[in-house]
Amino acid sequence: MAWFSACSIPAVPLFLQVLGRFNRARAAQLTLPHYLCQTPLFMPVGTQGTIKGLTKNQLEEIGCQIILGNTYHLALRPTSELIDELGGLHKFMNWPRALLTDSGGFQMVSLLHLADITEKGVTFQSPVDGKPMLLTPEESIQIQNRIGADIIMALDDVVRTTITGPRIEEAMYRTLRWIDRCIAAHKRPNEQNLFGIVQGGLDPVLRDICVRGLVERNLPGYAIGGLAGGEDKDSFWRVVAQCTAALPEDKPRYVMGVGYPLDIVVCSALGADMYDCVYPTRTARFGTALVPEGVLKLKHQAMANDIRPIDPMCECMLSRDLHSSIVEGRFPEFVCKFLQTMFPKGDVPEWVCNAMEVAGIDISSCCHEMKV
Amino acid sequence: MKFAVNKGWSNGRARSGVLQLGSCPFPIQTPALLLTTRKGLPAFISPDLLTSSLPSPDSHLLQFSPLHFLEGISPKTISNIGGLHQMLSLHQHIFAAVPRDSIIALPEHDSTNKYGASFQTPGGRLLIKPAEYVELVSSMKPDFWVTLADEVPAWVSDKRNRTSVDRTLRWLDDCLSLNKTGTTIFGSIVGGSSIEERHRCAQEVAQRNVSGYWIGGFGLGESMDERAALLTAVTDNLPEDMPRHVSGLGLPEEVLQGVAAGIDLFDSTYVYHLTLGGFALTFPLERNKGDNADYQLSDSGGDDMKINLKATIYRKDTSPIVESCNCFTCQNHTKAYLNHLFNVHEMLAQTLLEIHNTHQYLGFFCSIRKAIEEGKFEQFRRNFVESRRECLFAAASSD
Repeated sequence: MAWFSACSIPAVPLFLQVLGRFNRARAAQLTLPHYLCQTPLFMPVGTQGTIKGLTKNQLEEIGCQIILGNTYHLALRPTSELIDELGGLHKFMNWPRALLTDSGGFQMVSLLHLADITEKGVTFQSPVDGKPMLLTPEESIQIQNRIGADIIMALDDVVRTTITGPRIEEAMYRTLRWIDRCIAAHKRPNEQNLFGIVQGGLDPVLRDICVRGLVERNLPGYAIGGLAGGEDKDSFWRVVAQCTAALPEDKPRYVMGVGYPLDIVVCSALGADMYDCVYPTRTARFGTALVPEGVLKLKHQAMANDIRPIDPMCECMLSRDLHSSIVEGRFPEFVCKFLQTMFPKGDVPEWVCNAMEVAGIDISSCCHEMKV
Repeated sequence: MKFAVNKGWSNGRARSGVLQLGSCPFPIQTPALLLTTRKGLPAFISPDLLTSSLPSPDSHLLQFSPLHFLEGISPKTISNIGGLHQMLSLHQHIFAAVPRDSIIALPEHDSTNKYGASFQTPGGRLLIKPAEYVELVSSMKPDFWVTLADEVPAWVSDKRNRTSVDRTLRWLDDCLSLNKTGTTIFGSIVGGSSIEERHRCAQEVAQRNVSGYWIGGFGLGESMDERAALLTAVTDNLPEDMPRHVSGLGLPEEVLQGVAAGIDLFDSTYVYHLTLGGFALTFPLERNKGDNADYQLSDSGGDDMKINLKATIYRKDTSPIVESCNCFTCQNHTKAYLNHLFNVHEMLAQTLLEIHNTHQYLGFFCSIRKAIEEGKFEQFRRNFVESRRECLFAAASSD
């Protein structure tokens, strides 16, 4: 653990210091036990204790600050007990910066057959022998305590936003009941930061109840969950906007599962700080490069004889640019340039325009007027 | 290209030398290892890792087969870019073009005919003619290239073998006459398992205006015992001050055999195959007789030279693969982590392992050179081979 005792930060495992703002957007310094991070930041997903094919040096070189590890996969192999015995995931991977683990719940729901959620926890079919198993909030936290990441996630009752009806309300209240169980089970609050996850589907009333319930518990940080699962973009940004407006200023806001560069820019404009997504690593495996204009499908026949580099401008690090543009007081200009590059014809989607209006950022220079 | 043999130590035919080639600003000490590549890069190591994690200049020799480029990016495009060095951005590396590689371009002697050489590749069987070959090579702009050869395995008829020598010589002359740009060429020598044909081919090639010699037709079914005489039948007929390059001698013992016959350059798929299988080289680079007296042969398939990183005994092993190894992998990671990566089929496993294995094998070559320079090569070779036998014998008899 690295305590930055040279600076005047209090001895807590997480400290957020806002360095610059533009309306709701903020650039901050996030101090974690293993690393001093700059937000907004993007966390690549290192599912099984590695980002596919990249060495730790290469990751440091590209500016990676926090890696996300999947509790479900790591608990399966090599098991959280082994990781603990060998000194924690940082030591196991030899990763000198920060780590975050998820609760394991999402993978179970998305990967496994017969995943069922009850008050006790998530019941699922063991991938090893098919026997029914149960992941409780307590068990999830214990596994994450053993893995040792800087940030751990509460087990939440996650429901897809494409579902409607009473299930969403049930899930939201259960998430609040489970956060208390997670807090009680957490054995290392001085070394690991437990984030709560705001649920409530697309219903502003439910979201509001959930936010207030979590804020009452005074957690080190808050995630906005249950999004990035197929809901329409217009609903998506409104939920993010509502949550960021209600969450405390001095704690980080993590939008889970986001995502595309455009989503990251919009959510940052609305006041979010942290993101994770399999998108960049997954799309790379399929031969797709991310560039300011959008994507380049490198396997396409048209690319076969194209001898230009992937990105002549080489702006590889979106989150670094976001951070510095806010700190240096040129965030609106950055957003406009970003949108102009991505939408050279001015066809910025309506949901982005709506979101930027709420965020107080004038992007009229990037948009073609639809009405003549 | 400049090549010079270091004189002054008595090691039989084994010799050490210095090679200086175009792109690489550093002289390369021989005997040296050429790293096997697919399309110019090692299987699991990206260009930035190649330069940052492997020793320099030892790791600057890269061997590739032009046949790899018959699918995928067109040779014309590579030519437009400016050649392989430019395309891969490895300006200080040495690229050697050899038609055959032992992984995906295997000589298919049955289908080879008077027009061209046939190779078995993942894309099917390919017949390549000298003119096509020369054109392919010229678009890549390698530092040196080997002429097209008709390689045959050890068991073919005498007639077929003689034909292979005749063809190889004819194609050598074709390649030389088509070589308008005056690039560095190594003449190919074949001859199968016939001492006379090896002799004949070597003498003929020695008369041609080439910059070095590539010795083919090995690693195709001959036994190690018969190979020694065949190698010397070739090297004894070649001028001393020109480099000799052999393919198909991959294992450490085979390399030692080649060095003893006077070979300077080796390409080997040993590292590649070990890495694929999850095996890590551990052989001590300084061999002392008797060091391994109490080595236990484990069930995991490892021995005194390598360990199987997938074996469960390494699940909690927090030591590096080799304590004294300076490679990136040993300096940063443990056997436990590698065991996990292999277990979950993560790409990083092979990247880290290929770095380590390459490092180790380059170190082996370094030891060979040192032994030659101390005039102790024969002893080095004997110790190496004997301690291998001892370990296996000791392990087998301890049950």
